[in-house]
Amino acid sequence: MSAVLQTRRQFLKVTTAAGGGLLVGFWLPASEAASVQGRPWTTPPEGAEVNAWLAIDPDGNVTVRVPHTEMGQGALTSVSMMIAEELHVDWTRIRAVFADANRHLRNNNEYETMFTAGSALVRRQHPHIMQAGASARERLKEAAARAWGVDRGQVHASLGTLRAGNFSGTYAEFAGAAAKIALPEEPAIRKPGEWWLLGKPLQRLDVEVKSNGSATYAIDTQLPGMLYAAVQASPVPWGTLQAYDDSAVKGRPGIHAVIALRARPGKHENSDLQDCLAVVADSWWMARNALGEIKTSWNDEKTGPRSNEAERAEAQRLLGQPGDVIAEGDDTLAAIEAAANVVRADYERPWETHVRMEPINATVSVTPERVDVWSPTQDQSVALQLAADQAGRDPKDVYVHTAFLGGGFGGNGGGGTGVTRQATELSKQLGRPVKVIWSREEDIAQDKQRPPNYVRLAAALGERGLPSAWFTRSCWFVPEGTERVGPATSHIAMSDMPYAVPNRLHESISAMTHIPVATHRAPGTNQNGFMTECFADEVAIAGGWDPLDWRIELTKGKADWQLVLKTLKEKAGFRTDLPKGQGMGVAIVEDHGSICGACATVRVSPAGELKVEKVVIVIDSGHVINPHNAAEQLEGGVAWELTHAWLGGLELKDGGFAGMNFDRYPLLRMHQMPKVEVHFALSGGAKWGGIGEPAGPPVPPAVANAIFYATGKRIRSTPFRNHDLSWS
Amino acid sequence: MPVAMTVNGRIVTLDLDPATPLLWALREQLALTGTKYGCGIAQCGACTVHLDGRPVRACVTPVSACVGKQVTTIEGLGTPDKPHPVQRAWAGIGVPQCGYCQSGQIMSAAALLAATPNPTDADIDRAMAGNLCRCGTYNRIRAAIHQAAESMSDEKAPA
Repeated sequence: MSAVLQTRRQFLKVTTAAGGGLLVGFWLPASEAASVQGRPWTTPPEGAEVNAWLAIDPDGNVTVRVPHTEMGQGALTSVSMMIAEELHVDWTRIRAVFADANRHLRNNNEYETMFTAGSALVRRQHPHIMQAGASARERLKEAAARAWGVDRGQVHASLGTLRAGNFSGTYAEFAGAAAKIALPEEPAIRKPGEWWLLGKPLQRLDVEVKSNGSATYAIDTQLPGMLYAAVQASPVPWGTLQAYDDSAVKGRPGIHAVIALRARPGKHENSDLQDCLAVVADSWWMARNALGEIKTSWNDEKTGPRSNEAERAEAQRLLGQPGDVIAEGDDTLAAIEAAANVVRADYERPWETHVRMEPINATVSVTPERVDVWSPTQDQSVALQLAADQAGRDPKDVYVHTAFLGGGFGGNGGGGTGVTRQATELSKQLGRPVKVIWSREEDIAQDKQRPPNYVRLAAALGERGLPSAWFTRSCWFVPEGTERVGPATSHIAMSDMPYAVPNRLHESISAMTHIPVATHRAPGTNQNGFMTECFADEVAIAGGWDPLDWRIELTKGKADWQLVLKTLKEKAGFRTDLPKGQGMGVAIVEDHGSICGACATVRVSPAGELKVEKVVIVIDSGHVINPHNAAEQLEGGVAWELTHAWLGGLELKDGGFAGMNFDRYPLLRMHQMPKVEVHFALSGGAKWGGIGEPAGPPVPPAVANAIFYATGKRIRSTPFRNHDLSWS
Repeated sequence: MPVAMTVNGRIVTLDLDPATPLLWALREQLALTGTKYGCGIAQCGACTVHLDGRPVRACVTPVSACVGKQVTTIEGLGTPDKPHPVQRAWAGIGVPQCGYCQSGQIMSAAALLAATPNPTDADIDRAMAGNLCRCGTYNRIRAAIHQAAESMSDEKAPA
């Protein structure tokens, strides 16, 4: 099966043939990006539109309009596959473009949602996406049936051709008529057993443009007359700008303006604008340099803890007190008090940041007629609303142009910060298009972060060395007024762990911080999974159990957990008797509806140097529509959490994260990436789990558990690099 | 101040501060946006280009250091009709996820293969150590480099 992408030459031919109409497809070459500006957004001349999701041109090419953002998770390919499955067309005839957020707004949310998050595209949205393809197919059949004077039931649709008896025609011939047909009843979508295309390992549609530099990201937007802005908000988030002295840069050639933007807490959780100073110039490098020369003073007195140490002390204080009871066992605390053998431990995870490779940015053009927005957002609808709000304009006059995202990973892809408001406000004031780019240092300092959490655990050992009572008290740092959702959910992968223990108690405590927080690929489970699954090993080993057998024993009766654990046992060759300096560790976490097990193999030198050699992943996501893309996502998930567990940990200093770059927030590099082996253990049926996020959470505990076997050292906090792993 | 260099085989003259990093000249003046900004301090490799055939980080290379030299960016490595073997391997294996770092990865890989036609895993670790990928595509990058090395040696072999 070959990937389908037009080469640039083909692209140019197509646009010309179509009369120079604007094709706002994702393959728009960088050097032509300027052509996007100055013309109204038009639906590309793709042939006849059957419904909002697809159009068919006279040659039988099908353009699929994808409302989701493409941040590396394969949305363009997955949506196109689901449409092609139902429509029944040759995969090489499929072209993917991004759908129009303005049309979505005007036509009463006709794509259901333009928010891409929560590993939900296939898991949650396959019914309505496949429905769009099935509906188009049935309407094509009905159009042919009417033309031929036969019943729709007699018409067969296959690979772009309609047939009934001696009649035959192409989809393209009937596309126009099909668009006008209303079906008495929408068809049912195909079940997994009936798939002919889904389930096959197809190459992604966007790999070619991402291999030749022509894929355009929001940061690549170029518009005539465009200015560049560098911005700086308070080094301590939400500080207010007291004063600034720009005399050193005022009047400098190339510098257009120095503008103070004022805080504007958003109507939406993702749209806050903080006080900040912007320098607008002919080039971003010029703007950035000038910004560095301006003296600023900020009022940032009202804050939560201002250092890691202060935060840890506050967490310890709070963990000594009862929290809100989330899940109550009958006599958990009494059972622990009475037990002869109790395992106790405190665990913690620090701040982490997204550092998507594409730094946070936005380009906005505010004109009397309309507002145009390019932003690396995971939610085009929110970008549209907040540009409208900041510009004081009717949302119907705002056009959000979807570009590739240079990473998403939660927090609305960075578009959920104030950056879209910054660019909108600057363009509005200056009357020209403005591109705002956050320097990497600003990106780290002002991103919405993954908050730290601290957990106290205790378990009593009962009969056969198995736990008879299990207590957890979880303390998360969250901003005042923020609901404990997403990034700071205390119960997932903790109080709802799968292990059968008769007495369970889980308590939750909120600690206050001034740092903005957001979701972070596999939010909550990425932290709690570490605590629960490392502590599980502690309890299993204290009770004399092999940790993998212990997990199998305590999940009896839960078929999908058993399937994953037993597959892991079969595939990974887990053992606890390796020579010192080598170790294997296992862990299993449920995230976004999928159960994912990991087995890590590590080597630790006597001096304490860690090498993660291999990670075996076994996942039950119920179904998989593209095993090739799924394997890539699972490999990426491994790298994501291994990075944070081994190397990460954002240091809170003087109340913020100012002045940090990759030198102080290291990411996993080539030589540190373990071999990754992926196995699907699919339980099928009604289960539809996510793929983009679930492989991360079991990795840190699997590695920490392996380190224990290699060194005898129990790791209860991350990053591992801060621990002395030496042994003799 | 005018600065002249060759970019992707074309002589260009830029009027800018000679201290301007090559990255911003490429992106803002020449509209060659395949070369990406990631960190500005030579820590991530997203801006990797070739200067007289050697990989450099364009974010810390002033244009003054490029005067009279050959600059090759991702746009000049191959053509749509004839992509570089590294690009073919990238698309064939399906390396990119978000894709943002991949121009830099490809430029580093192409420079490696030009100097070391049949690299070992240790060679790859060394040559690619300066290129970060937040999506974690490292294993596929490694596989693609080996595949490109193989196809390049096949092409050189007499028919």
